[in-house]
Amino acid sequence: MNKVSQPSDNHGQRPLQNEPIARPEERGRQEPTDVGDLAQTTRTPLEAIFKRPFHRIVITGVGLTAPNGNTLTEFRANLLAGKAAIQRIDMRYMGPVLAGICDFDATRYQSRKEIRNGTRAGSIAVYCAHEAVKDSQLDWDSVDKSRVGIYVGTTEHGNVETENEIFNISQFNYDTKYWTHHHNPRTVANNPAGEVSINLKITGPHYCIGAACAAGNAGLIQGFQMLQLNEVDVAIAGGVSESVRAFGIFAGFKSQGALAEHPDPNKASRPFDRDRNGIVVSEGGCLYILERLEDAQKRGAPILGEIVGYAINSDAFDTVLPYSERQRECVELALRKAKMQPGDIDIVNTHATSTPQGDTQECIALREVFADTDTCFNNTKSFIGHAMGAAGALELAGNLPSFDDNRVHPTINVENLDPECKLNNLVLNQAIDRPSIRTILNTSFGMLGINSVLIVKKFTP
Amino acid sequence: MTKEAIQSLILDIISDIAPDEDISNVNPNVPLREQLDLDSMDFLDIVMELRKKHGIEVPESDYPQLASLHSCAEYLQPKFQNTGR
Repeated sequence: MNKVSQPSDNHGQRPLQNEPIARPEERGRQEPTDVGDLAQTTRTPLEAIFKRPFHRIVITGVGLTAPNGNTLTEFRANLLAGKAAIQRIDMRYMGPVLAGICDFDATRYQSRKEIRNGTRAGSIAVYCAHEAVKDSQLDWDSVDKSRVGIYVGTTEHGNVETENEIFNISQFNYDTKYWTHHHNPRTVANNPAGEVSINLKITGPHYCIGAACAAGNAGLIQGFQMLQLNEVDVAIAGGVSESVRAFGIFAGFKSQGALAEHPDPNKASRPFDRDRNGIVVSEGGCLYILERLEDAQKRGAPILGEIVGYAINSDAFDTVLPYSERQRECVELALRKAKMQPGDIDIVNTHATSTPQGDTQECIALREVFADTDTCFNNTKSFIGHAMGAAGALELAGNLPSFDDNRVHPTINVENLDPECKLNNLVLNQAIDRPSIRTILNTSFGMLGINSVLIVKKFTP
Repeated sequence: MTKEAIQSLILDIISDIAPDEDISNVNPNVPLREQLDLDSMDFLDIVMELRKKHGIEVPESDYPQLASLHSCAEYLQPKFQNTGR
């Protein structure tokens, strides 16, 4: 198969075509893009930005649900033990497909009526928000709810609900008088964040950040920025996904030849493996409590890490093809904002989604930035598939405990490493121990060419 | 269809759309909203379920007729007769 014309990530996959798709370098991209020029064009504005009063922003709580864990403790244990959790489900119109499904108890924090009238993304977000608040040890009753902001990254929202209603009216000869009045509140783009607001009685700002599969990091970045601006005192930030309930997501990937298949569901998502053949779509969520350091310290909060760098940029190139040069620029920009060198990063949690071209392009970018470093690389999608809008946030969470246990969870399911995906210290199939882990860099890339990178550091006063 | 059967059918719908409610002791003569945690959106769901499951149309001007189980039965019985049940 011609790799150039083959589906790649950004989830995005082109249909296989007769004509090879032009690579970025064949499309007359704008020069210059090398490191020196990037530095030239961005150094001054960045320094200007950092002149203003600067708050340190810390993570004080995390709530999550993943196909292989409903708490960080459970999730982490399974990542260290190499336990994947993918299953075959029956998809409307399609039949069996592989997917990552969460089994958290939604009724823990929602009435059955809330669950029925709301959305799966809403239920995931409400669960994660409650768990994060609990984990943060905030005295929730005394928190000023008007100073709490909710920033939820989503890849997409509304597909599930719309598909359900079209199926519903199809049972009534497509008579739209059978279309539910719940449709609009379920499908507005702020739905999952809004369900958190209503459930937890939070009166500060709430909205979703639509950023394809870069959204989990984008949600965290939004929270970071709003704390910097003093718009809120507490940010509930991260990402969620309900995409496993939308046949269109699966059918779209399948039509593009980008839906993973393997006789053993738990081996289907296999980033960096020579025989990888696409994405496993999953649901999940991960929301964090972010606070300014001074506030966290004042209340004696547990501090799980400090966000020290981030970047979002755009490929400005293609709707679905990944673009390693912009990915590299995004990583470098985050490093510069963090005032760090590549060698300062202990773990890079890769975005790689198990598509032929996506993984290759990311590895090109990472090899360029992290050449001659001891940085370790791992991947979470090999365990849980691609949790879409939740991916970046979940994948960061799975690595945070490394600050305490100095272990690096592996990427699993690599039976034959693709030579194009070789990275120094790619942690394959078995967790490893390191003398000290102090920094994690998380990459997330999405369709339409959006890249997001987050750098989190072990907290030291 | 008997009025008792219609009341039972309405309770079935309520148990579906408001699954947290205890419907074992609903007084048929007291407005439903005084006994159960139902809002105007829930009544839209009741109307929709009557349409989908039983082919019964309730025009908006008649929504007040659905206030209690008793008034539901009084109002809906002729409609069920018209559908041939």
